[in-house]
Amino acid sequence: MIKKCLYVNRRAPYGTSYALEAIDVVLIGSAFDQDISLLFIDDGVFQLKSDQDTTGIEMKNFSSAYSAFEMYDVEKLYVSKEAMTARGLKKRDLVVDVEVLSDNAIKDLMDEHDVIFSF
Amino acid sequence: MKFIIQVNKGPYQHQTADSAYQFISAALAKGHEVLRVFFYHDGVNNGTRLTAPPQDDRNVVHRWSALAAEHDLDLVICVAAAQRRGILDEREMNRLDKDAHNLAPGFRISGLGQLIEGVVLSDRLVVFGD
Repeated sequence: MIKKCLYVNRRAPYGTSYALEAIDVVLIGSAFDQDISLLFIDDGVFQLKSDQDTTGIEMKNFSSAYSAFEMYDVEKLYVSKEAMTARGLKKRDLVVDVEVLSDNAIKDLMDEHDVIFSF
Repeated sequence: MKFIIQVNKGPYQHQTADSAYQFISAALAKGHEVLRVFFYHDGVNNGTRLTAPPQDDRNVVHRWSALAAEHDLDLVICVAAAQRRGILDEREMNRLDKDAHNLAPGFRISGLGQLIEGVVLSDRLVVFGD
């Protein structure tokens, strides 16, 4: 059985383990052939920022994982327009191609999904 | 309704484990089914039998074990999250060459596939965390 799964990423990539551990859940969902979409809201949009350098905080830079999602048939990535604007980010600042959605469109996106994971 | 529950925070510092426990107890009392409780992130710390809270406080871990025994609940600790945080059963202890194991009764260690499978088989995923 295939369900429409939306993974909502709400937090900055570092500072907590949520972003890193969310990637594992996405990949397992893909292995189970689920219909996967990812949404980045609030500080979660920072997860997709290009040119991350984590050497100063002794953390693994895992931002390349987002570019690899395509190989796992994870191709539907959405970001919040409001979150991007509030943080001074443009689409060209991100490591992957995304669809930018307004908060109203995000509401519809959530309605369309069977399952919402929250990280 | 058939639920799968995800618990993302450890016991005591945060209300997550209490709210999840109370939600599950209430759902079961109303005749709903809880297919599985999946502990992820720091939630895996709910599964150590080595906690020793003061006598006048609730014992979060014992409470989970008792609920599992009473309702045949499937309490699953994510193996990858557990390895990072030092939650081991005997098999993991041997496999990772550690000198102790600490998994509480009623819990089992397994993979993230258990979460996805549970989501597929349930009507609703309810996530407890912050």
